[in-house]
Amino acid sequence: MSEAFPNMVSIEVWNASVDFPIFDAKTRSLKKAVLGKAGGRIGTENRVPIIEALRDINLSLKHGDRVGLVGHNGAGKSTLLRMLAGIYEPTRGSAQINGRVAPVFDLGVGMDPELSGYENIIIRGLFLGMTRKQMDKRMDDIADFSELGNYLSMPIRTYSTGMRVRLALGVVTSIDPEILILDEGIGAVDAAFMEKARTRLNDLVKRSGLLVFASHSDEFLMELCNSAIWMDHGQMKMRGGLREVLTAYKGRDPFEHMSQEQLERLGLTGDPVLPNGDSA
Amino acid sequence: MTPVPSFLVHPSSTIDRPVEPLAPSTRSWSRAFADLRVGFANRQLWAHLGWQDIKQRYRRSVLGPLWITIGMGVTALGTGLLYALILNVDVPTFLPFVTVGFIVWNFLSGCLTEGLQTFITNEGLIKHLPAPLSVYVLRTVWRQTLLLAHNLIVYVLVAAVFFTSISHEYTMSADGSGTHQPGLGWTFFLVVPGFLLVAVNGGWVAMLLGIISTRYRDIPQVINAIIQLLFYATPIVWTTDTLTKQKDLAQSVLNWNPLYHLIQVMRAPLIGQSVDALSWIVCVGMAVVGWGLALVIMKNYRARVSYWV
Repeated sequence: MSEAFPNMVSIEVWNASVDFPIFDAKTRSLKKAVLGKAGGRIGTENRVPIIEALRDINLSLKHGDRVGLVGHNGAGKSTLLRMLAGIYEPTRGSAQINGRVAPVFDLGVGMDPELSGYENIIIRGLFLGMTRKQMDKRMDDIADFSELGNYLSMPIRTYSTGMRVRLALGVVTSIDPEILILDEGIGAVDAAFMEKARTRLNDLVKRSGLLVFASHSDEFLMELCNSAIWMDHGQMKMRGGLREVLTAYKGRDPFEHMSQEQLERLGLTGDPVLPNGDSA
Repeated sequence: MTPVPSFLVHPSSTIDRPVEPLAPSTRSWSRAFADLRVGFANRQLWAHLGWQDIKQRYRRSVLGPLWITIGMGVTALGTGLLYALILNVDVPTFLPFVTVGFIVWNFLSGCLTEGLQTFITNEGLIKHLPAPLSVYVLRTVWRQTLLLAHNLIVYVLVAAVFFTSISHEYTMSADGSGTHQPGLGWTFFLVVPGFLLVAVNGGWVAMLLGIISTRYRDIPQVINAIIQLLFYATPIVWTTDTLTKQKDLAQSVLNWNPLYHLIQVMRAPLIGQSVDALSWIVCVGMAVVGWGLALVIMKNYRARVSYWV
């Protein structure tokens, strides 16, 4: 459906909450439950304790949006990304995701450490909706981009974190996803590769439409994103232009010490532009 | 703090957004069916994962997946000879019976024990890549099917050696009493619907018990505790023919064992035995009721699995 209408790529979220039941945290023993009457309400009425990871999220993302996620550790950034990827369906409220999603989360997991780089590329591609043939065709391109060379025939367990990031980024950037979801883990690569990845990610975002990116790096956010969400305690504390949100979050304007040249390189000069290309 | 004017792109407007759906769509039949449809359509994915599992298990061993076949051969031969001795039955007819019984049992118990763990073992993938649940169920069933294919080599060998004993009408007891079996004939081809029925049943078991086990981690332990008992309660290394008294009673008790019927629809065609219509009916009935239950559970708890793993 979304392939017939490329402009239909969108994510809509209405009053969504994500509650995690924690089964292995023993709330209280029976003895405590009986004796603990004096202290008032300790736990919840539920037998299973719950962590409210996200609360009342309202979000509308369209083609062309490049959203950065900022917030402290544990603020709900990764959970929000997983919800936007369709992995967690909201416990309350609803979410609608239109488009082919390619997520890159924590890179240690989701890859089989015993399998070779090639095998992991194929499996990841198949998971993202490609066929084997399509992945075989892209293999050279991915090998080229990731600069892993002969390492691709080695088991993933021999890879460093940075090498895994290279592989994962190689896959998602080669398959033209419509919705790209990146977690902060991708900061683990060296500067030279980052430069290469940036160009490729920028191209990809221009082509494919929608990027949501969680990061603690101002520079990386400025390179890739044009708006931002500040997550705090599972809620959206602020949603707006990247500069406003970063300023509010950091307590200072991250752009103020930038030279004109840098701003130009980031494409941040001139009039504001709406996502659909119109001047504001 | 003075507000900083943004010269970046404004967040997209929320005015022209679609209307919120009235009820959350998470728990709907259409999502449950879509899960099955999309999962099944991802044939390359689950087939690849299932095959990869087998290769992985025998990585770095010289004989590789051939060990599956060897293991089955040793078990079937050893147990077959031993029990033929204990039960005083004809080896040439009993050995094929035990071999095929073991092969089908392996498939069934694999679907059951590994099906329970389907989502638990795929935790990493479930939390990192969006995919229908049925992909993992199909991965498990397909892996068991590939194991079955390896084990069928043992069947082919055994059937070839003892072909003359089971190619005509025979009985399994040494003294010629017991049920008369028709011997191998055109009924051999009933193994195809037989296998499909067994696999479809394996599918709902993995889906239904997989979801429940993900939430209640005691279920796999319960099943593991009774699986050995189920093995002996099912005629695999014994037959009703070898019982000395109260055969009819035993048969009517046995009719309540669903595993007996599942084994029967696949085993009997392969060794030229007759299948009761009851076995076919029970297997079809289980498939229908089982998938019905699985769909109800899928409708309500499909979206909870990623929270539970």
